[in-house]
Amino acid sequence: MDATAATAEFKPTWVQDKLFLGMTFKDYFRSNLTPFNAVVTAILAVGIPVILYRLIYGLGPSTNLSNNNPWGIWIGFDMLCGVALAAGGFVIGTAVHLLGMKEYGFLFRPAVLTGFLGYLFAIIALTFDLGRYYRIPYPMVVSWGVNSVLFLVAWHVALYLSCQFVEWCPAIWEWLNLTKLRRIFMKTTLAATIFGVCLSMLHQSALGSIFLLMPEKLHPLWYSEYIPLFFFMSAIVGGLAMTIIESMASHRIFAHQVKNHDPGQLDRVTLGLGKATSVTLFAYFFMKVVGLAHGHTWVYLDTGYGYWYLVEVIGFVLVPAFALMYAVQNRLVRMVRGWAIVVALGIILNRLNHSIIAFNWHLPWADRYVPHWMEVVLTITVITIGILTFQWIMNRMPILYEHPDYEPERH
Amino acid sequence: MRADRRDFLKLLVGTGIITAFGSVEQAEADIANLPGYPNQFGVLVDTTVCIGCRRCEWACKQWNKLPNRKDLSEYEKDQSVFRTIRRTQADTYTVVNRFENPRDPSKPIYVKKQCMHCYEPGCASSCFVKAFTKQSVGAVTYDASLCVGCRYCMAACPFDIPAYQYDDPFTPEVTKCTFCFDRISKEGCVPACVGICPVEAMTFGRRTDLIDLAHKKIRDNPDRYVNHVYGENEVGGTSWMYLSAVPFNRIGFRTDLGTVPIPTLGKPFLSLVAPVFITIPALAMGFYSFKKRRDKLAEEEIRKILEKKEGK
Repeated sequence: MDATAATAEFKPTWVQDKLFLGMTFKDYFRSNLTPFNAVVTAILAVGIPVILYRLIYGLGPSTNLSNNNPWGIWIGFDMLCGVALAAGGFVIGTAVHLLGMKEYGFLFRPAVLTGFLGYLFAIIALTFDLGRYYRIPYPMVVSWGVNSVLFLVAWHVALYLSCQFVEWCPAIWEWLNLTKLRRIFMKTTLAATIFGVCLSMLHQSALGSIFLLMPEKLHPLWYSEYIPLFFFMSAIVGGLAMTIIESMASHRIFAHQVKNHDPGQLDRVTLGLGKATSVTLFAYFFMKVVGLAHGHTWVYLDTGYGYWYLVEVIGFVLVPAFALMYAVQNRLVRMVRGWAIVVALGIILNRLNHSIIAFNWHLPWADRYVPHWMEVVLTITVITIGILTFQWIMNRMPILYEHPDYEPERH
Repeated sequence: MRADRRDFLKLLVGTGIITAFGSVEQAEADIANLPGYPNQFGVLVDTTVCIGCRRCEWACKQWNKLPNRKDLSEYEKDQSVFRTIRRTQADTYTVVNRFENPRDPSKPIYVKKQCMHCYEPGCASSCFVKAFTKQSVGAVTYDASLCVGCRYCMAACPFDIPAYQYDDPFTPEVTKCTFCFDRISKEGCVPACVGICPVEAMTFGRRTDLIDLAHKKIRDNPDRYVNHVYGENEVGGTSWMYLSAVPFNRIGFRTDLGTVPIPTLGKPFLSLVAPVFITIPALAMGFYSFKKRRDKLAEEEIRKILEKKEGK
């Protein structure tokens, strides 16, 4: 009797309600003693000192960067892959708010959140790569290098981050019960989505265009005048694949949040996303073939790099395109999810090929770049902090479910 | 009569355009001929003359007060550096490398390497804070007070010249040859390396004169040189140019760079920015209103059907 009475009487304060999930600090702390958090703690215990080491001792001792290889995995993986795989927010936003595909509406908030955090942590990782990270606002406020593709990337990524923040804001205001603010921000969603489409088209392709200036360093099979288009198309693929993966994971991990969870609905939507991925992959594959023909680089196919190129373009583009088509036609949802992972890995492979593996291919092996262990640890640490942030938000804000007090978004 | 009309047109167009944008002929000339800075300086390096004494390396370090300076005698004595092919480093703006001479193995070829000071520099077009400037005297200079340290310039340089102070944790800078900008801006002064060269392997002068000189040398000594002035057309032309007795790819130069300036490669993409911001919102709004209209019509249809049913 006493125990139930006690819980009934316990009225959480604002802090307890918003931050400790309605528990006292003690209970909240105890609820966090999980195996997952043990792993996280272990990663952070190594990773935070590595970050500090990088900041105090500089890039020299903490990376394998050199004068010949000025960019490593912090650019090639954290930035290029992070941004490509975070394209889900823009893809789903377009589908739901512009094309009116209402059945995908429940994916919008998780996709935007994933996109926002993906960009945010890509930028955080980039900060560690910059020699003078404290000057990161310089391209915005001090000196405009308007002839640089990177200038475009800097501005667009910053603007797009704000765009996604605006799109995500209604969830924050619902969490904090700020009805008026929420109403204002709901009205901006459409404008933010359209602006976001323009920004995404440009900066996703601009990340590829960075390599347009390096025809003598990037292997001819990857260097193409079509790089902007390749990067844009593959970012759409990456965004779709990550939405499939992310919705699978979060509906499993946070299943308790979704009342009246209808697995059938998620399956239907997953099949739709799988179909879109397959179609985009086919289009992307044919564009890649056109790129080969346009650059007349067929001769390189019968070389070591050529085989590696075929692994990427056949193994991670064409084969998944067929596999997804087969899975969608036979309504094999699990197969769609499995191949979505392969597709996402293919995007990572593609970005690493551009930035590291096929980059500086003319140099002897001794002068090539292999990441330092601290570069890898810092990358893992940043991703871990990203996942923690995602989890923290998912546990508090109405991302997967509709807040009972509010009307859902309508367009 | 025709002349009158032309004059009239000139007056009409001219007053409008010239006041706003400068002269039309000048603009057309810019597009067609890319004169850039026609009076810029350059250096012609004759690799058949260089003896590999490395005094230029010493002089460069002295003038630019670079770290790890050594006595001139040590530079002259130390032949071991030639065992590997070196590149520019954070503390070294220029290096001399030794290559085997396929024509006469007893006489190795020495090649000085430093920033080529491109006509249209890749580094300058890559920099998102405009830290690089092509000066009218020819030098490509770097302003460390703007640099954020993204190192795109290093990746965008076709000659792999800019280096980075990786070991400086708080204020690292990109480093590269300055063409002794401070010196050559003064009348009658030459870069430190050119000034110290004991065999006059390097000739400093107006770039246009140097091109004439280079071709004259080749014409007068067809057996001594290959018929190629490296830097005359590479990546759109460079201020530093080279003469050689053997094909340039045998002495550490890349001969696959082409003649297109690096900045040109990024321009078509940058020209897409404005069109995307104009056409995409228009298309998106169009799509959106079609969708709205379709939904509205469908709703009305349903209402009509329901009303009919109720009416019966």
